[in-house]
Amino acid sequence: MVEFNLPLNSRVGQGQTFKAPAGAKRVREFKIYRWSPDDGKNPRTDTYEIDLDACGPMVLDALIKIKNEIDPTLTFRRSCREGICGSCAMNIDGGNTLACLKPIEDVKGAVKISPLPHMPVVKDLIPDLSQAYAQYRSVKPWMQADTPAPPDGERLQSKEERAKLDGMWECILCFCCSTSCPSYWWNGDRYLGPAVLLAAYRWIADSRDEETGQRLDELEDPFKLYRCHTIMNCTNTCPKGLNPAKAIGAIKQLIVERQG
Amino acid sequence: MSGTPHIDMLRSPLGRARGLGSARAGSHHWWAQRLTAVALVPLTLWFIFSVIHLSGASHDRVIDWLSSPWTLAPMLALIVATFHHLQLGLQVVIEDYVHDERFKMPSIMLIKGLSVILALVCIVSVLKIGL
Repeated sequence: MVEFNLPLNSRVGQGQTFKAPAGAKRVREFKIYRWSPDDGKNPRTDTYEIDLDACGPMVLDALIKIKNEIDPTLTFRRSCREGICGSCAMNIDGGNTLACLKPIEDVKGAVKISPLPHMPVVKDLIPDLSQAYAQYRSVKPWMQADTPAPPDGERLQSKEERAKLDGMWECILCFCCSTSCPSYWWNGDRYLGPAVLLAAYRWIADSRDEETGQRLDELEDPFKLYRCHTIMNCTNTCPKGLNPAKAIGAIKQLIVERQG
Repeated sequence: MSGTPHIDMLRSPLGRARGLGSARAGSHHWWAQRLTAVALVPLTLWFIFSVIHLSGASHDRVIDWLSSPWTLAPMLALIVATFHHLQLGLQVVIEDYVHDERFKMPSIMLIKGLSVILALVCIVSVLKIGL
């Protein structure tokens, strides 16, 4: 059954507070989820007071400042700092987004940061995404075609055919959407989740791919696909402004369409 | 989750993601849920308006009303659509939230059985009055 309380060893306690330096004028509190697999303790929330006058504008800037100047033990993923790599996906102020694209000014009051919801935590803000990556791999996110490519060039697409992939190729697999989906929380072991279904539809919609029917066969499953109940959290939370719910709807429509 | 997670963990993530494979089913369930939902909009409105229209009417007039094929047929359609939609929806709720296989299948059987019985009771009642 669904559990409404966190297990005892997951309850989050109060951690330390790191005060802002004296003389700081624009102080903002960052309340950050901390957990380490090494000390056997429950997770805690540490509070860091940051002087915004001495910090970049984005939440990621604050995290990097904390790690560099205040607490080097704070652990998080980041790479490109411009919304292309998807590494710094986390829950900020109650919503999943990329720390590098989230302005601190968008948050009212203390900035609460925790890892992507309902995934195993490796440490602090780092979730274990192995299962989500494996689900991605299971939909064969690569082109499959029996017709060989033309010997003298690449496989061609009309502008209209290419336009069908807009809104899908931009996905950076940060998994903000899947981890915001209640259906993925309760049934993530069997439901593929919005990120993976968007990726699956990206290949179903690709005019060069020849395994469309096979791909639909693989998705037609009460759990893999039909656990989507059109809750729309995925579309609301996507930091790239994409619409996984629409892609899932299109898959369901195609499956009905081919029956009659 | 209780149980023996350390044993489950030895299976590769890809093996777990593929699991038992695709059931190649589920579209009929989904489509039937949409169809009954769409059908229930006019049927329910019709039923509500009819009941309002009949409020205060004599017993004979209500019997008369229900005896017409143009009343009896939509009434039966309303009953079938309602209970079909009900059991489809409850099945989804149970599949969403009940993960213990010992409870899942019996719960689904129970709600499906109850829906059929209740639908039959309604159908027989309406037919007894209307025929």
